[in-house]
Amino acid sequence: MKRFAAFVTKEFYHILRDKRTLVILIGMPTVMIMLFGFAITNELKEARVAFLDHSNDPQTLAIQEKILASPYFSLSGQISSPTGIEDIFRDGQTKLVMVFESDFGQRLEKDGQANIQLIADATDPNTASTVVNYAQAIILDYTRNIIPQQSTPLINVQSQMRYNPELNGVYYFVPGLIAILLMLVSAMMTSISIAREKETGTMEVLLASPMKPAQIILAKVVPYVLLSFLDAVLILTLGKFVFGVPILGSLGLLLGVTLLFILLALSLGILISTVSPNQQTALLLSLMGLMLPTILLSGFIFPIENMPLPLQVISNIIPARWFIIAVKSIMLKGSGFLLLWKEILIMFGFILFFIAVSVRKFKIRLE
Amino acid sequence: MTREAVISVHHLLKTFGSFHAVNDISFDVYRGEIFGFLGANGAGKTTAMKMLTGLWKPTSGKATVAGYDVFTQAESVKRSIGYMSQRFSLYADLTVKENIELFGGIYGLSTRHIREKRIELLSRLALTDSEHELISALPLGWKQKLAFSVAMLHDPQIIFLDEPTGGVDPITRRQFWDLIYEAADMGKTIFVTTHYMDEAEYCDRISMMVDGKITALGTPEDLKKQFLAKDMDEVFIKVARHTQPIAQ
Amino acid sequence: MKAITINHLKKDFGKVTALKEVSLEVAQGELYGLIGPDGAGKTTMIRILTSLLTATAGEVSVLGLNPQTEYKALRQKIGYMPGQFSLYQDLSVEENLNLFASIYETTIEANYHLVKDIYQQIEPFKHRRAGALSGGMKQKLALCCAMIHRPEILFLDEPTTGVDAVSRKEFWEMLKTLNVGGLTIFVSTPYMDEASLCERVALIQAGEILAVDTPENINETFGRHLYAIKGGNKRALLNALKAFEHCQSAYSFGSSIHYTDSRQEMDVEELLLSLQAHGHSNITIEEISPSIEDSFMKLMTSHDS
Repeated sequence: MKRFAAFVTKEFYHILRDKRTLVILIGMPTVMIMLFGFAITNELKEARVAFLDHSNDPQTLAIQEKILASPYFSLSGQISSPTGIEDIFRDGQTKLVMVFESDFGQRLEKDGQANIQLIADATDPNTASTVVNYAQAIILDYTRNIIPQQSTPLINVQSQMRYNPELNGVYYFVPGLIAILLMLVSAMMTSISIAREKETGTMEVLLASPMKPAQIILAKVVPYVLLSFLDAVLILTLGKFVFGVPILGSLGLLLGVTLLFILLALSLGILISTVSPNQQTALLLSLMGLMLPTILLSGFIFPIENMPLPLQVISNIIPARWFIIAVKSIMLKGSGFLLLWKEILIMFGFILFFIAVSVRKFKIRLE
Repeated sequence: MTREAVISVHHLLKTFGSFHAVNDISFDVYRGEIFGFLGANGAGKTTAMKMLTGLWKPTSGKATVAGYDVFTQAESVKRSIGYMSQRFSLYADLTVKENIELFGGIYGLSTRHIREKRIELLSRLALTDSEHELISALPLGWKQKLAFSVAMLHDPQIIFLDEPTGGVDPITRRQFWDLIYEAADMGKTIFVTTHYMDEAEYCDRISMMVDGKITALGTPEDLKKQFLAKDMDEVFIKVARHTQPIAQ
Repeated sequence: MKAITINHLKKDFGKVTALKEVSLEVAQGELYGLIGPDGAGKTTMIRILTSLLTATAGEVSVLGLNPQTEYKALRQKIGYMPGQFSLYQDLSVEENLNLFASIYETTIEANYHLVKDIYQQIEPFKHRRAGALSGGMKQKLALCCAMIHRPEILFLDEPTTGVDAVSRKEFWEMLKTLNVGGLTIFVSTPYMDEASLCERVALIQAGEILAVDTPENINETFGRHLYAIKGGNKRALLNALKAFEHCQSAYSFGSSIHYTDSRQEMDVEELLLSLQAHGHSNITIEEISPSIEDSFMKLMTSHDS
């Protein structure tokens, strides 16, 4: 028993004296609880809704006001014609388009029936269902409270799940999965590869040779570019032919954006490796600093719009977020290059930034 | 005079697949001896030591250490010996005091006993003032001497030392051997490996392993006569080159 | 032009001073040894010379180049074998050699004659992965990889540490052969006996140079008569000598004890009789020339006092 106690004491000393361990043991649970607590919520919050109102009469306006009065919805904009629906769904901000048929108020009073069409962006099937349900509930509430007649007139609500009629979860997951996988292969593996040279001592020999740091890094990166690309193609192929995930947009653009993201992940991996003295640190930084935030905050699983504002802001600097938006757009909405210029530009910016910092931090010496 | 064999090895064998790391060795080590266990890298020394310290099971053969069979009573073997190697001795991120308390606890000593030993040990090594320093802050020579003393906290009868003086300065090396002599004077048996051939001379008896076999066994004087050598360095070269294997 | 010039080199790591104002010179074509125990500062010095660390103060020049500012040019000209035989464990012997040749933009064939003697010993295993080689083989491969680009100077950091006596000898024979061909070699080692294999040595301890010269000259500055005393019970003899009134130093050295007296001239007979009177028998006292180890220990003690 004494022996056991002595050893336990020693383990405590090790833990308390290693700053890294402390960060993980205390920092990590705190961060995770905060993140999960705030990020995981299927509750709607200020979901953007747009209205296509063919009537513009008091009733439609009343319904619109009621929708907007609730905390679940906020106004995205007004559309004047059905062609505008595609456009407003483009950037992924708008979750719902509510279409009122012409002469809505008249039909309600005279015929006792009118129609509303709810078109939801079902690239995220969970959110789409929720959005439609909430909207339906509000409409129902309207009919009960506002129209005091004995035979309650009906508002027919027809819903359409655009982009993903069967509410296939896999449509939502595939783009995110590609992002996670590329982060894993490109960033993590690259960072470990360079750190390994430091650990085994071969880095010392390389540094003392005429080999330029840029050459060392590039040489390490090339195999992973190829492998990552193959992996991405594999997932896309499986997604399309096994699960039926569509690729509505240009395949070339999709692959181009994927390649861009691969380079981004690689440059991130290189950055991590320049600050990691050994593989363990590289692995830890990759997992904690890269994978975890990417999984939680990129919009892969938990919709960004449902997160509290601070987390939404942070999500802007998660590179994967922009990639996921772009991929979803291309695959499920058929978006073209012009519509994605923002995301592409942001990814380029990230690459340049990471490379610049890596070059600065890469030590041509041992200290 | 009959001497008591505290280590007894009979036809010990250890194979890894078709490779015979330890290829049928037999020898005895007597109480109070300083026994030098020498050999080139890859000759099988480390494998043999691991079996004798109860860490690895032999493939065949018999060996007893402190009266316990290494096959069936490995745990008892471990409890009866002290062990110190160059590569690992003490925990670098613990202080001198903490290391002593840790190993004292591991060896099952009472708190009071540990305290007594600690005070005595530190004053003997003139380290009392460094009690609260981290091991990583101590110079190599002091680390090794401290590690040796810690390996003896539980008063084992046999102590295994694996290249304890590697890289240490010449004066500290000799101070270390003073500690070994003191331990031997107290009746302890020391089983030591080293690459310093002059240290081979400090031993009572030596064995040399080449390719898994023991090719020389005896006192330094006997071996020098046997191999017509003026010092142990020459003996070693003659033994190793005499049975030079195909390069591997 | 000297191969290496170091002037008042100082290196701090935070509060710890690893090198305290050391100075030395190495001529071209010399086989130069840096001798000292672990922690003395050998690796630090070599890393500064090979441009992997920067000096805190002082001047350093290797082949006429400043390692701090002219490292690009320097790294073309040096060969380096750091402490842990830095080879790629999962590449074969041949692949490792090819890789290092390519890094220096040359081929194995171009400089094969330089490494032939050594490489031929491991050539039968050229397809074996480096990780599966024995220690001695790894050593030879690492040496070939450091040489394959025909460097002007070769830096070896403790190449024989942890290696048995026979392999050590073989390794030094290889070094000598390379040196005969005109290559400047700067090698560090904790083994005192290897000092005598060098043309000149620097003895280093705790960041300071204790002496710089040829091994013979260093031993000549020993300044005292050194005696090897043998016989009887070694340990008792050692204790007796240490207790002797005029003993300045008494150290075990293999089968004998090296003794220096505090008096300038000692009467050997007197000591012999004194020992015999105390019951020690079969004593022989012989005057000997000091070795580097004797010199090192003397320099250590006079340095500390």
